[in-house]
Amino acid sequence: MSNMFNSMIEWIDKRFPLTSNWKAHLSEYYAPKNFNFWYFFGSLALLVLVNQLLTGIFLTMNYKPDASQAFASVEYIMRDVEYGWLIRYMHSTGASMFFVVVYLHMFRGMMYGSYRKPRELLWLVGMCIFFVLMSLAFTGYILPWGQMSYWGAQVIVSMFGAIPAIGDTLQQWLLGDFTLSDAALNRFFAYHVVTLPLVLLVLVFVHILALHETGSNNPDGIEIKENKNPSTGIPVDGIPFHPYYTVKDIVGVVVFLFVFCGIIFFAPEMGGYFLEYNNFIPANTLQTPDHIAPVWYFTPYYSMLRAVTVNFLGIDAKLWGVILMAGSVVIFCFLPWLDRSPVKSIRYKGPYFKIALTLFVISFFVLGWLGTKSPTPMYTLLAQIFTVIYFAFFILMPWYSKIDKTKPEPKRLQE
Amino acid sequence: MMADSFSINDKMSGRRKFLVAATSVAGGIAGAAIATPFLLSMMPSERAKAAGAPVEVDISKLEPGMLMMVEWRGRVVWVLNRTPDMLETLAKLEDQLADPNSEKNQQPEYARNRTRSIKPEILVTEGVCTHLGCSPVFRKDVAPADLGPDWLGGFFCPCHGSKFDLAGRVYKSVPAPTNMVVPPHVYLSDSRLLIGSESEGSA
Repeated sequence: MSNMFNSMIEWIDKRFPLTSNWKAHLSEYYAPKNFNFWYFFGSLALLVLVNQLLTGIFLTMNYKPDASQAFASVEYIMRDVEYGWLIRYMHSTGASMFFVVVYLHMFRGMMYGSYRKPRELLWLVGMCIFFVLMSLAFTGYILPWGQMSYWGAQVIVSMFGAIPAIGDTLQQWLLGDFTLSDAALNRFFAYHVVTLPLVLLVLVFVHILALHETGSNNPDGIEIKENKNPSTGIPVDGIPFHPYYTVKDIVGVVVFLFVFCGIIFFAPEMGGYFLEYNNFIPANTLQTPDHIAPVWYFTPYYSMLRAVTVNFLGIDAKLWGVILMAGSVVIFCFLPWLDRSPVKSIRYKGPYFKIALTLFVISFFVLGWLGTKSPTPMYTLLAQIFTVIYFAFFILMPWYSKIDKTKPEPKRLQE
Repeated sequence: MMADSFSINDKMSGRRKFLVAATSVAGGIAGAAIATPFLLSMMPSERAKAAGAPVEVDISKLEPGMLMMVEWRGRVVWVLNRTPDMLETLAKLEDQLADPNSEKNQQPEYARNRTRSIKPEILVTEGVCTHLGCSPVFRKDVAPADLGPDWLGGFFCPCHGSKFDLAGRVYKSVPAPTNMVVPPHVYLSDSRLLIGSESEGSA
């Protein structure tokens, strides 16, 4: 039996690099031995991706991308399709959990300096994945054609109208009509189920290839490849990804699935944060709901969009809002070049960086919370203050990271 | 043999360089040409362009203080019959407004006045916030708790907090940059209003 198996592998290896790839990416991919809790979220993001692809395929079997039928077809999935409710809740919960794990994954990178040389491209590919993910979330949220779908899309598409000169034409080109209508719903469906998932899959593949080229960073932020066993050429602080980290990641998967199933079965709407109550009302093109807010993962950026209320530097407040909102996401791309600290990991960075990162996290949460609230003068002022803190984290980084009092990095990984 | 005759870095003759560049340019033009029909297919279709016909509204039953909503080109158009009290607020608010004289081109010439209308009491405006396209809420209540004691009635956008007066003129220091759009409209008779056209002939 094992002979037959071996000869089969041999037959394949002569025609396809199976064993060599298995070794390069799993059984002989050496990862630092000190991965901690924060290193679960990359593999969990892959798990959620698979969940979204699988459940998404089954949802398209019953969904109708037509402004007059979309809302009813989602209700049909929820009420009449066998286990349709489960598949849809897996998909809608998966969308929110995707952002949970990706935000934690990104925060891990910020703590341990995973964006620093030589992983700048890895970070940039990751940021592209984040942009595609945001586009997927946005186009997906439109599909049920409820009140929040409609008015959320109205706001986002109107942002393109704020671009000087080409704005109006660009907006019509995006919508395929003069207003948000069936034409837009139909094409957003095409983006959501074909274009963006294909791009996402390619980017995830490239992200992993880039990771396996540079090797993984670790909580100490030092390069294990600089300390190899001279006879084997294997990093002394590295362990094979398989079986060590595959087994570790399975533990993470089990815990994650407990949480995931808990949400699906007991709180699929998550108190209006995962599925908003206004979206259970069919789209009404004549009336905006009294209170509109995006889904929780977009609320920090949404707060910044509406934080600017004065015109300055000859640009009106509306365009400033759009610039800040786009800038608040794009600015992550510059992290590899903004950080001038001699060390990578927060473990060896000084107090300035720790304070800055803490303030950044606080401002992210406060802006996120404000984004769920109706604007009042008090809330607008708070949003303005925390928008400044959010951007200061990035813009001042070249200075505070350089003059910070760092500790010396160790030569070998610490326990 | 191929490697010998085509080592890109040092042995590219001028003729070969030219051919490579010319082929690349031709390929680029072909690529742009083939992209054109795909990009243009995403513009509004002939059917969408044809759907913008004007709408006729009967305003004889519109009581003073009442607002009615009309759909035109998939957008909401408001027709508001303003009371004398409401009209009085327009002058009082002018120092709080960004463009009180409607200098920016957001209305036809015949609505470039303080009431932004043909008939002083009847306001016809698109019910679309000039910030990001939400539909503001008609708040005729004076000095409500959430909008403060200075509020004399107007339109409030729930999305991002923009405020407009009862002529659709935008307040200072709100996200919306301009006054609300007054669509082309014409009175066919005292009580018949045509929205979307300026001449009775095209009705």
